[in-house]
Amino acid sequence: MTRKQKRLSVIAGGLAFLGAATGLTFYALGQKASYFYMPADLTSASLQPGQRIRLGGLVEKGTIERGQGATVAFSVTDNQKQVKVTYTGILPDLFREEQGVITEGTFRQDGVFVADSVLAKHDENYMPKEVADGLKSKGVWQESKK
Amino acid sequence: MVETGHFALVLAFALSVVQTLVPLFGARMNNQKMMAVGGPVAVTGFALTALSFAALAMAYATSDFSVANVWDNSHSLQPLIYKITGTWGNHEGSMLLWVLILTFFGGLVAAFGSNLPATLRANVLAVQGAIGATFFLFILATSNPFARLNPAPIEGRDLNPILQDLGLAIHPPLLYLGYVGFSICFSFSVAALIEGRIDASWARWVRPWTLVAWMFLTGGIAMGSYWAYYELGWGGFWFWDPVENASFMPWLAGTALLHSAIVMEKRSALKIWTLLLAILTFSLSLLGTFLVRSGVLTSVHAFATDPTRGVFILCILTLFIGGSLALFAFRASSLTAGGLFHPISREGALVLNNLFLTTATATVLIGTLYPLAVEAVSADKISVGAPFFNLTFGPLMVPLLVAVPFGPLLAWKRGDIFAVAQRLMAAFAAALLAVLVTALFIDGASVFAALGVGLAFWLICGALTDIAVKSGFGSVAPGIIFRRFAGLPRSVFGTALAHLGLGLTTLGIVGTLCFGTEKILSMHAGETVQLSGHTLRFEGLYPAQGPNYSEDRGRFALLGADGSTTAVITSSKRSYPVRQMTTTESGIKTIGFSQLYLSLGDEGTDGSVVVRLWWKPLVTLIWGGSLVMMAGAAVSLMDRRLRVGAPSRRRKSAGAVPSASLP
Repeated sequence: MTRKQKRLSVIAGGLAFLGAATGLTFYALGQKASYFYMPADLTSASLQPGQRIRLGGLVEKGTIERGQGATVAFSVTDNQKQVKVTYTGILPDLFREEQGVITEGTFRQDGVFVADSVLAKHDENYMPKEVADGLKSKGVWQESKK
Repeated sequence: MVETGHFALVLAFALSVVQTLVPLFGARMNNQKMMAVGGPVAVTGFALTALSFAALAMAYATSDFSVANVWDNSHSLQPLIYKITGTWGNHEGSMLLWVLILTFFGGLVAAFGSNLPATLRANVLAVQGAIGATFFLFILATSNPFARLNPAPIEGRDLNPILQDLGLAIHPPLLYLGYVGFSICFSFSVAALIEGRIDASWARWVRPWTLVAWMFLTGGIAMGSYWAYYELGWGGFWFWDPVENASFMPWLAGTALLHSAIVMEKRSALKIWTLLLAILTFSLSLLGTFLVRSGVLTSVHAFATDPTRGVFILCILTLFIGGSLALFAFRASSLTAGGLFHPISREGALVLNNLFLTTATATVLIGTLYPLAVEAVSADKISVGAPFFNLTFGPLMVPLLVAVPFGPLLAWKRGDIFAVAQRLMAAFAAALLAVLVTALFIDGASVFAALGVGLAFWLICGALTDIAVKSGFGSVAPGIIFRRFAGLPRSVFGTALAHLGLGLTTLGIVGTLCFGTEKILSMHAGETVQLSGHTLRFEGLYPAQGPNYSEDRGRFALLGADGSTTAVITSSKRSYPVRQMTTTESGIKTIGFSQLYLSLGDEGTDGSVVVRLWWKPLVTLIWGGSLVMMAGAAVSLMDRRLRVGAPSRRRKSAGAVPSASLP
């Protein structure tokens, strides 16, 4: 191989590598990014069975049920619709009734959302930003809560 | 005192403007006097910033609630250590820490840069001054930590309970030393672009600074990871949270810079690339500051959100990143390219390292910014988490880690891959043995786990092989081996240590992720639970009182084989009345390199408590490995070669002594 051919093959190798990395990145973004929904958005959303999403809203008052062992069930609401959620594990310290929460997981066949992680962000208002924005856009959030 | 601090900050701002303009024009007009202004001004600027910082720390230590910032983030009942660390446990104070470290590094260049070419030194200080000036202006205009309250409140609002931890004393200063340390590399690069040339002293200066910044950033990230691990009670060491990524990106780019700077110093190749990488690394540090400080992301780090601040930092970001890259585009062509090399050589290996690391940085960048971009252009809110990074970052890291042991053994210019492979046979055999032992005796279920352990051993043994080969092991007499070993340059040990640390961290990650076990259950007092061969008995909940909180302590007894208590682990739920916040203190017992980790959940109506337990094999190696990497950087810094101009300074002072002794 001449020097020029060698250099070309090195450059081609580098470009192929970058191309593969770019392809993988965009494939992963398409597959692995999880969308955020509020309960009322779900009717219009077309979800694949088993698709991971993030479901956010307020923990509806009086719906927290502690079942067997460490399993907890509660409803997430945006004051328009509610979704029943079950979760096995330790709830975050800031998890409480009528406070904002984000859960991540998938829907079961019977329409119950099975969460594998529950986040209640460490925000002074106990309100995750996504939930606050969502509630604002639905007109059920007052800024005066602070 | 507080007003003195404010005044000192204003003066420091004014001086930073002087530091920017006078040496810059001095260098342009080749005016020695104007260039010489930079040094004393930089040192004075640091002294004033330190005074300002001390004033704020003093206000915190004495609980002066007439200062709004202290009132908002402190409480008179807090232990003194948290009162002091609270100085940077808030937006304003942490920005003050940022500029303090920036001016500190500027002062170091001024104090120890006497052997640099005068124009380079002047330009470096000017760029450093410009960064300082914008951040001083930012603090004074949008985030003044010295604003007073009248009338002064009697009691403060307490520091966020999550931050009331020793981690706050260590993590932010280390992280900032790393972040801001890269500003020196940036300033050197921009100065080189302004001058239009890079010479040997440039590389000799930039490499130790990169090492220093990288060492601190490594420590800062590791400490942050360990803090999150024990404080949040989730048992994870890395969450791919955007805020974590913000610190990880400069680390990846900085690691690439560290390696390309070697090529530049030794072979004067890759000059332009190294320069670009230095600019990009600090740009990523600035981006990290923006992401964390602007409130774009919600996290424990976003103390207060104020849109004007975000816009201001965005302007700084645009100015420096855009400005330096534009300068790069104009001037890079005037820099001469350096030595040629064969693809299979030490240089080639380091280029490969750079290719992988910068691509990995790019994937992390895309994963971090993509949700923000999507939210900006559509109403969709998405999150990109661990699954994305496992799919993109993981495949990029594995081949890089496989290649690591080859790099240091390849010769410069033209290497022999087969000869190197032969030398690595022992390391390969050890790795293979590790794979077999793991698969046959520990866990045959997961091929990946066994291969992961093998990879870690490959790295560890590869690093040892590097030292062994370079001291002539197996080819010369034992006596000579020892002499050669003792005579090896420190940087060789530094490299081997850093790669060894990387292997240890890999082993820790593989051990925790692949062999860790977990249980969630609700327990009554007196009940026992088994996890991976350990028996724990729940002794009950006991109330206790802290200085500014009350807590319920769950006591767990670790039982030995004969049923006797060998250790007591406590995990507690703390409630802080001032902020009305509850935190979980996890209970951790270190056994060898592994840890038993437990955290308390909610109390049930029947007196039971939800408990989450983890067995985390080899988990401490994750952070222990980082410490070894830091040690590698420290050892490398002690290399004779890097004691910049040490011989020349001696020569100068030797010349100066007789003249000084003249009457």
